[in-house]
Amino acid sequence: MVIDTRRCVGCMDCVVACKTENRLPEGLNRDWIAYETRGAFPTLSMEIRTERCNHCDGPPCVSCCPTGASHVETFGTLVLVTHEMCIGCKACLASCPYDARFVHPEGYADKCTFCIHRVREGLDPSCVSVCPTHCMHFGDLDDPASGVSRLLASRRGHALLPAAGTGPRIFYLD
Amino acid sequence: MRELILTRANHQIDPVLHVWGWEIPVYLFLGGWVAGMMILSGFFVLQGRHRERRCSCVLTPWLGLALLSLGMFALFLDLEHRRYTWRLYTTFQAASPMSWGAWILVLVYPALAASILVQPPEWLTERFQVADRMSAWVAAREGVVRLVGVANVALGIALGIYTGILLSALGARPLWSSAMLGPLFLLSGLSSAAAFVHLVARSEPERVLLARADNLFLSAELVAILLFLIGLASSTAVHEAAAALLLGGPYTAAFWVGVVGLGIVVPLVVQSLAVRRRIHHTPVAPLLVIAGGLALRFVIVYAGQESRWTAVLSGLLARLA
Repeated sequence: MVIDTRRCVGCMDCVVACKTENRLPEGLNRDWIAYETRGAFPTLSMEIRTERCNHCDGPPCVSCCPTGASHVETFGTLVLVTHEMCIGCKACLASCPYDARFVHPEGYADKCTFCIHRVREGLDPSCVSVCPTHCMHFGDLDDPASGVSRLLASRRGHALLPAAGTGPRIFYLD
Repeated sequence: MRELILTRANHQIDPVLHVWGWEIPVYLFLGGWVAGMMILSGFFVLQGRHRERRCSCVLTPWLGLALLSLGMFALFLDLEHRRYTWRLYTTFQAASPMSWGAWILVLVYPALAASILVQPPEWLTERFQVADRMSAWVAAREGVVRLVGVANVALGIALGIYTGILLSALGARPLWSSAMLGPLFLLSGLSSAAAFVHLVARSEPERVLLARADNLFLSAELVAILLFLIGLASSTAVHEAAAALLLGGPYTAAFWVGVVGLGIVVPLVVQSLAVRRRIHHTPVAPLLVIAGGLALRFVIVYAGQESRWTAVLSGLLARLA
């Protein structure tokens, strides 16, 4: 996923769409908005961005899982959780530097799935599909000819907390 | 300045991670304590001390079974999806310390049971003929007795280190990103075990021996704590910020007064005086050591959850509810 921070206005449509599409319980969110301010007055700059699980290349939530419930799905190399295998030990919650996971009231670890049920049908994730400023772009980053790969190559961008070493796969265009 | 404001307010995650309550520190403490007792009783068996009826190694395996079961019950209470607990034992995930721990615990129970057979109490052999026959079979074979001793020492070390590795493998929490946590928790488990055996020892020489051993473990624990803090404070800004939780931050008093002062330094001084016969052996020092071991797990687990990679983004990390 590639997100254009110059277009994101923090409207939270993506947050509402995710909650509705995935029927998330009250008070819990798989995505959220971050406002990051840098610099010193009067030369301040602010970046507004939508955040979620980074579906990392080397996901610590998968390696620490004692049952294999957290896994990398072969379809799209997404990081997912098999609810019926999760014991709710919360090691994956503690292992995520982005704090992207939470415990669903039914007991299993929950997080963004990139709406895999939609993606399998050729649709975009719900957050991407509702974005009014079209700041979010979804596609195959492993394919250099894909729209997201070409967009990422055309602009300067950054990932979140790269020093944490998990290989995040969501990129933010500056 | 870098200031980060998030609209997220997930339960147990915001404003700071707190997914593990009292259950995990209690489990880690009891696991470490049992590990220490396995190492000590295995060592006594290898030394042949189990032949003495007054040896504390008669008591420790029983206590180990009880405390470990209590710890595992605490761990079970912590799980959020309990009806799937059996999933732990349908797979082995080599990269997951928790999976290693689950399987180590499976081996620990038979090792403790075997150590009971090496020196069974009279009521057991009188009531259960099977136990009597098995115990006689073990006693007649010196090699088997030695194997039980070695298994208890080896599994005790594995269990003690695992309780620390469980946390240190979670690199997202900078306070836990230290290879010293495994040895620190092992030494703490050994010191709690030595303190307890010192407390219940029925022979004076054993009491003195255990007090001396405890002093050695406590001194080594102090060195391990020092190396743990130096390692963090000399690492990246993120790890420095994590160490600051114990060096001036909100956990400073609990750590330095409760864990280091009352849990290590005071009993070390008291027991040093006792082994030099300046004062009598009293339960005060051993009880302080055991309470200090529990406090260490609470401070490390709670402070570790508060440490995070985003801590250095700003002096003021705010999150909107």
